[in-house]
Amino acid sequence: MEMLELTAVQAREAMAAGDLSPAEYGEAWVKAAAGDELNAYLWRDGNGDGGAIAVERPGLAPVAVKDIFCTEGVPTTAGSRILEGYRPAYTSTAVRRLVEAGAPVLGKTNMDEFAMGSSNENSAYGPVLNPWDRERVPGGSSGGSAAAVAGGLAPWAIGTDTGGSIRQPASLCGIVGLKPTYGAISRYGMIAFASSLDQCGPLTRDVRDAALLLSILQGKDPCDSTSVGLEGGPSLPEQEDLSGLRFAVPAELARDAIEPGVREVFEATLETIERLGGELAETPLPHAEHGISAYYVIAPAEASANLARYDGVRYGMRAEGDSDLIEMYERTRAEGFGDEVKRRIMLGTYALSSGYYDAYYGQAQKVRTKIAADFGAAFDRFDFVVTPTSPSVAFGLGEKTDDPLAMYLNDFFTVPMSLAGIPAISIPAGLAEPQGGGPRLPVGFQIAAPAFAEQKLLDAANALERAIGFDARPSGAPFVGYDHIKRTGSGGEGDG
Amino acid sequence: MAGELSGILEHVDRIAELDLDDVSPTSHVVELENVLRADEPHESLDRDAALAQAPDPVDGAFRVPSPQAEG
Repeated sequence: MEMLELTAVQAREAMAAGDLSPAEYGEAWVKAAAGDELNAYLWRDGNGDGGAIAVERPGLAPVAVKDIFCTEGVPTTAGSRILEGYRPAYTSTAVRRLVEAGAPVLGKTNMDEFAMGSSNENSAYGPVLNPWDRERVPGGSSGGSAAAVAGGLAPWAIGTDTGGSIRQPASLCGIVGLKPTYGAISRYGMIAFASSLDQCGPLTRDVRDAALLLSILQGKDPCDSTSVGLEGGPSLPEQEDLSGLRFAVPAELARDAIEPGVREVFEATLETIERLGGELAETPLPHAEHGISAYYVIAPAEASANLARYDGVRYGMRAEGDSDLIEMYERTRAEGFGDEVKRRIMLGTYALSSGYYDAYYGQAQKVRTKIAADFGAAFDRFDFVVTPTSPSVAFGLGEKTDDPLAMYLNDFFTVPMSLAGIPAISIPAGLAEPQGGGPRLPVGFQIAAPAFAEQKLLDAANALERAIGFDARPSGAPFVGYDHIKRTGSGGEGDG
Repeated sequence: MAGELSGILEHVDRIAELDLDDVSPTSHVVELENVLRADEPHESLDRDAALAQAPDPVDGAFRVPSPQAEG
């Protein structure tokens, strides 16, 4: 078998058994990543700029790291001009854990500036192209990580999810994306966007790879007092059916807002759940529809505070020219930040300003309480809540850049879970024709679970993934990944 | 940008209509207890490393333009 075809789980087994040389395998991926035509990478290992993260005992697949994670001596930009050339003095806990476990850093991936965006078009370093159709976006903000995995430029990747930034690009690129429970993985060294929502997570070819990556990343960290970790796990999922598990579809699910092709794949996946023995019913989530409103107050409010640190004094760029201190601050931020970042800083500053605080920020935090309570009530009766991950398949480059609100509504199905802090996974469920026609593109299916129920979530997602048997791939992608189709050797499960 | 911001605020304003007077706000979703770390000395970041990324470091410090405009 060609070594790039191995899933990360298989590669680990092969290296442990001595059947695969870590050096050769790593080198093959460095070579694959060097063929990046998607603008997925902002920095690559072996590009000769002097930066590198040493791995003492390589034994895991090399990982593509979203450029929001600080990496000592390796450029870290968060997709922003204001951090151009920045080489952090320390490494984030998530990356440190990977490296200590034996996973080399393959590269740093492109992203929407400071993780603000759903299309990767807000990167100061140019958009990422979707490997399925290079005229379309890969989703965002972890667009580079998703495109790298889907396009055969990395075996697996990490990203961050604040309102959908792992799940939505995973959906649009036809891969698996998991946002763990808030607190499962340390945020230390992860450049902050909205601190009460930001969470690191895996983007992988299949669910078992996601489980393996999560098991390495998760854990309590003295450097992040909000980190909790996951007790005892997770272990690699083996489950093949869904008998006895109860799945809820939100009663208010706005089916009209979902593209017909996406709706079709979603309904077919619900049938697959029933075929596997899962029970389906509707549950009210009356406040989820207000998720976007609450999110676009809370996240910008937190961002406006977090981004105050970029002032041209301690790191990053400083605007050229003679000026006094205040003028230097203003010019540095005016030149260093892109439009979307400025938009959110203004929104957040407004929402926190005296006289508006209660009406916006206070009210949004109360909506957050109600959304979390809705999920709590649903999980009293059900194991999971399911929705499409995104209302549409990948949309065209430039299609939504002139309408920020339309862009925000991409996150309609992913934001409620973020506000509630619960884990949610997107798995590829099929292909659908985009609205307006064109070649068929991947559709993601989202499963959400109660806080810290990652093992149960991964077990169910694995069973469903096997039954769906998604084996499509972008044309020209240099591998036939998605090994769950053939991994049992029986060939019996590809009939979904 | 003013038009865009107004459009976003108009959407956000929908939550103003919800009656949430008796609801307590959520600032953090995971229940955490405040803890104090052990007061043990440990190595901190080397000063030169901390200054290495600054646009204008000088004499072990960050140099900035004068707070007052010249002339």
